[in-house]
Amino acid sequence: MKAVGIILAGGKNERLGALSAIRATSAMPVGSCYRAIDFPLSNMTNSGINKVAVITQYNSRSLHDHLSSPKWWDLGSKQGGLFILSPYLTNENSLWYRDTADSIYQNLTFLKRSNEPYVVISSGDCVYKMDYNEVIAYHERKGAEVTIAYRRVPDSDEIRQYGVIELDENERVTDLEEKPLDPQSDLASIGVYVMSRTLLIELVETIVRQGRYDLVRDLFARYRKRLKIYGYRFDGFWRNLNNVHAYFDCNMEFLRRDVRSLFMGTFPYIKTKPKDEPPAKYNAGAVVNNCLVGSGAILNGNANRSIIFRKVYTGENSQVNNAIIMEGTRIGNNAIIENAIVDKEVEIRDGAQIRGSVEMPLIISKSSKIG
Amino acid sequence: MRKKEMIAMLLAGGQGSRLGVLTTAKAKPAVSFGGKYRVIDFPMSNCINSGVDTVGVVTQYQPLQLNQHIGIGIPWDLDRRLGGVTILAPYLKSEQGEWYTGTANAIYQNMEYIDGYNPDYVLILSGDHIYKMNYAKMLDFHKQNKCDVSIAALEVPWEEASRFGLMNVHEDNRIHEFEEKPPQPKSNLANMGIYIFNWQVLRDALERDSKIHNNSDFGMHVLPMLLEEGARMYAYPFSGYWKDVGTIESYWMANMDLVKTVPEFNLYEDFDKIYTDADHQPPIYTGPNAVVQGSLLSEGCEVLGSVYNSVLGTGVIVEAGAEVRDSIIMQDCYIGANSNLNRVIADTNCSVGDDVVIGEGENTPNADKPNIYNTGITVLGENTTIPDRVIIGKNCVVCGHTYPFNYQDGKLESGQSIIRDHHMKGGE
Repeated sequence: MKAVGIILAGGKNERLGALSAIRATSAMPVGSCYRAIDFPLSNMTNSGINKVAVITQYNSRSLHDHLSSPKWWDLGSKQGGLFILSPYLTNENSLWYRDTADSIYQNLTFLKRSNEPYVVISSGDCVYKMDYNEVIAYHERKGAEVTIAYRRVPDSDEIRQYGVIELDENERVTDLEEKPLDPQSDLASIGVYVMSRTLLIELVETIVRQGRYDLVRDLFARYRKRLKIYGYRFDGFWRNLNNVHAYFDCNMEFLRRDVRSLFMGTFPYIKTKPKDEPPAKYNAGAVVNNCLVGSGAILNGNANRSIIFRKVYTGENSQVNNAIIMEGTRIGNNAIIENAIVDKEVEIRDGAQIRGSVEMPLIISKSSKIG
Repeated sequence: MRKKEMIAMLLAGGQGSRLGVLTTAKAKPAVSFGGKYRVIDFPMSNCINSGVDTVGVVTQYQPLQLNQHIGIGIPWDLDRRLGGVTILAPYLKSEQGEWYTGTANAIYQNMEYIDGYNPDYVLILSGDHIYKMNYAKMLDFHKQNKCDVSIAALEVPWEEASRFGLMNVHEDNRIHEFEEKPPQPKSNLANMGIYIFNWQVLRDALERDSKIHNNSDFGMHVLPMLLEEGARMYAYPFSGYWKDVGTIESYWMANMDLVKTVPEFNLYEDFDKIYTDADHQPPIYTGPNAVVQGSLLSEGCEVLGSVYNSVLGTGVIVEAGAEVRDSIIMQDCYIGANSNLNRVIADTNCSVGDDVVIGEGENTPNADKPNIYNTGITVLGENTTIPDRVIIGKNCVVCGHTYPFNYQDGKLESGQSIIRDHHMKGGE
């Protein structure tokens, strides 16, 4: 095996509001049956990486629940495995992870006990499909010490949320700024890095000793001139789930045939924890158009341009328009839901109405009862 | 020594010849059911839901798809270090090689496997029925009554009783007589083919019967012999959904039971789920002009056309303008634009071209196999392809890659068949 994987899934994002108040962003439900982490995790195993650490911290219960067995991603082997690394107390240390680099530092044993030459690091909350072998091959071809995958982001507001890189004509990184006020280029890091395992150990030990804890700011940016850092251009589908709009739009993009085809129709597929729900049931009065529907759903009403997760029930004459309805939510007869994100296991009683606006979908928190 | 209180032996070797072309390339337990399942998923899931974690699956007829489906038992949590699922195919022995010649003979030939777990009880199951049952409760009944053998029994309607193997019982459910499909039934307690034996009783009976009958069978030989000898045999009363899917018509009916608004057989409970091999479970998409009513759609389906009163397997595509009605369309089938399917069973991976009509015409029984195809249902075998713009009647069978010239004047009349090599996929 050429590489071990690390997925950084500890983060929270206040811009997702009530949706991430109860879960890590890596556990955000996507596309009727996935969670965000399924994408990097499947990318890992689909690239032949069979030893993957998932670093969790913030609100990790739903993530741990989702990752209850390594089997579903084919990670249940003796030579590999799925390592879920949460902060823990020791005699010397009673700290949470102080940031990304620190979270790797506190789990250096995982890297030290491996013998694979490379580490692939990915964030846990981005929706994309990538063959990391190609990044590793590029990394070797360039003789790079660090490779950072990037994409072009023309929107000058959007790019301020990312790490912005500048490249020379050989694709070598000449500058790197995290979330800059005045971006100097339109090239954004997508949070996927390849580097040598031993170099990562060495650098992380060095910076943490100096009281620096952030992987991008304190390591890559600070060492940008000293290390040979190269950019790997990725033009495929990539979406960040870092605010309500991005989350809503990314889900709706699964209504496009090409997006479904990429993730679900083209081998290797994105894997998720199976829930063994029966087929979705469309009863006699159901009118379901331009919708994605998860298994185990029972539909009696109308639905249009919506993402309906597993085990959702819709009552007779109910209307669901331009909405995301998460797993296990129950919608009563004659209820109306428009421009909304309805979290899991919500009960919307008969005749209740939930209306957000096209500009701002209304969020209904998990397990609430409406009407 | 290793020890399991009860292990299950699942008889999955039968062809199910009355299912016609559906069982040409696979055994009956491997036939798809209810969209995403296969028939064997029901007894397999019942086992794990009842705490039976050691299952020997006895295969013989066309086992490849069954073996692939079961694998090492992951979908049913039957991948165990001790126990779990084991496929038991017939094999050569030092003196002679032998096929399984009867239901009891198949168990007789696998006594060594059973002995390896040193069980007190052996549960005998078949892979032919759709039902949910808790075998642990049946075992409790077995122990309470100090049975040698207990047999699950279902009260069937009196008018249908003569189609079943029946059991006549005393008030305490102790069996005193077996009757096989009697014209004048004395009881309506049908034998469901689910048995719990004390292993030592069964072991001894199998050894003795194998010396008498070389096609040793439970219903015909072993059970009557034990009854004759005075063994304590009890009927375990079961009530609930239980359907045989042995014929094209009963197979179609049992699938259609599931699409009713409130089905008699509930797959949507949170516990005692039915598990199947489906690790890739993408969602379903229904397009802007799709109409889907009274139907079950499995994961990965894409419907742009119309689907009424039908069951669709995983990954089925129904193109725009197509209409599927009263049909069972199995995994990975493709229905081309503007095609019209009425009462069709399409086995896995069929491809129907554009502007095709299937199921139109007189209800003429199939000319070659009138006893199998006679209820107006047209069946497409695995990997069948149908060219654009042909018309196919009722009770037809089409199997394999077909070309326009296979259809005289672009038509296949009701009751006619086109059978080509079903293993041919795509062109030749």
